[in-house]
Amino acid sequence: MSILEYNGAAIIAMTGKDCVAIACDTRLGAQAQTVSCDFKKVFQFGKTFVGLAGLASDVQTMNSLLKFRKNLYELREEREMTPRVLSNLLSNLLYEKRFGPYFIEPVVAGLDDDNKPFLSGMDLIGAPVYTDDFVVTGTATANMYGMCETLYKKDMEPEELFETLSQALLSSVDRDALSGWGATVHIVTKDGVMTRELKGRMD
Amino acid sequence: MFGPAAVTTDVLDIGTRQEEDKRRQMIASGGTGAMCASNFLGEPAAFEVPNVADPAHFCRSNFASACGAADSHQTVKFAKGTTTLAFKFNEGIIVSVDSRSTQGAYIASGTVKKVIEINPFLLGTMAGGAADCSFWERNLGMQCRMYELRNGKRITVAAASKLLANTVNSYRGYGLSMGTMVTGWDETGPQLYYVDDDGTRLKGNMFSVGSGSTYAYGVLDNYYRKDLTVEEAIDLGKRAIYHATHRDAYSGGINNLYHVTKDGWKKIHSIDVNEMHYEFAEEKKNAMSS
Repeated sequence: MSILEYNGAAIIAMTGKDCVAIACDTRLGAQAQTVSCDFKKVFQFGKTFVGLAGLASDVQTMNSLLKFRKNLYELREEREMTPRVLSNLLSNLLYEKRFGPYFIEPVVAGLDDDNKPFLSGMDLIGAPVYTDDFVVTGTATANMYGMCETLYKKDMEPEELFETLSQALLSSVDRDALSGWGATVHIVTKDGVMTRELKGRMD
Repeated sequence: MFGPAAVTTDVLDIGTRQEEDKRRQMIASGGTGAMCASNFLGEPAAFEVPNVADPAHFCRSNFASACGAADSHQTVKFAKGTTTLAFKFNEGIIVSVDSRSTQGAYIASGTVKKVIEINPFLLGTMAGGAADCSFWERNLGMQCRMYELRNGKRITVAAASKLLANTVNSYRGYGLSMGTMVTGWDETGPQLYYVDDDGTRLKGNMFSVGSGSTYAYGVLDNYYRKDLTVEEAIDLGKRAIYHATHRDAYSGGINNLYHVTKDGWKKIHSIDVNEMHYEFAEEKKNAMSS
């Protein structure tokens, strides 16, 4: 069994018309045993969100490290970090540990300076992919790709994006043993961030 | 000794050699050999086995994917994670199970029937390989019917469970995967037996089998009493399964529950465990506020 699948996770990020949204499940498990139903795995960095799927200890370590480096950057540069820069920073942090990696596969979602959506995903040693529709990560990737490929439409408004993303995630985790037990969705528009908790199946 | 050299092109020769040997032996010992030709399921050599010196060893080392021992790179294995339980009490027996079937982390089905209705007075439960359980418990049903026809009376649960234990015992080491409970009501009253793939056969008052069994035992041990009313017993059976499905990733779906009485088994309910979650959460809230 892979260390990446030890705790279980499901994260999807999607773009809409001048907005992005990111959703994750809330389970923390130790293989088959469900330990917690309110575990955080998506983190906010200004207008940017980072979803970290993989080994829970590395998820928390990477969150602190990223927060530290982002704060340092913003003090030095006296400007906000864009999602693209955050994505590059994350990629470099991961590759730094090329031969003893953090066991996480992140996604980055946010709005850039002119409020255009930005989406990226990467593997555990920092190889990035940039997409303009959706990225998924976690233990239910096959399920999530299936749902996203069928439900996704270009240029959705925030409310429709929320609905699509939520349905995609909930249906995916219902066919995955290691993720689910509730979900959290963040919708990012130029006017701000909206966060909603979803009820999911509890088995 | 059992290296690759032992495997020849007739490796898929369907065990006819063993059958032939048996027939010859029988004739030599004064029989007609006719009896032997019946491919009676449940008898060793009724299934095709690899034609090597030690077929059990061959199965273990070459088809590890289909064996209970090595699951790491298995390709097809249904109903691996499971929670099933059964307990005796003054008013009969409660049998309660979940319905999830997984292949690795993928949930292959959420609506599996894990209680097998062998006949109107006998129930079997399913944990481990779905194919093994459903096949051999169907086969057990046939053997029980044969007994009934031959002897003009219903088989006891003790005898039925022994038939199943003997069957799985004859395939010991071939990688069958099953943990099952055989329950029913016979002339000696309510009966509960546990039978598994390595030949264990236990009589008892309470069993739980599967990956979620530890969670179910926790609830069961805490609330079980011999003098539970039928209603209380049903609630206990359902609660134990709910808590197991909540904590165990490989258990979930629907709770199927049966009650066994002197008139045979009766299916009590089929409830989505997710509905139970909110029902029990409400209950907890009310208990706290009062």
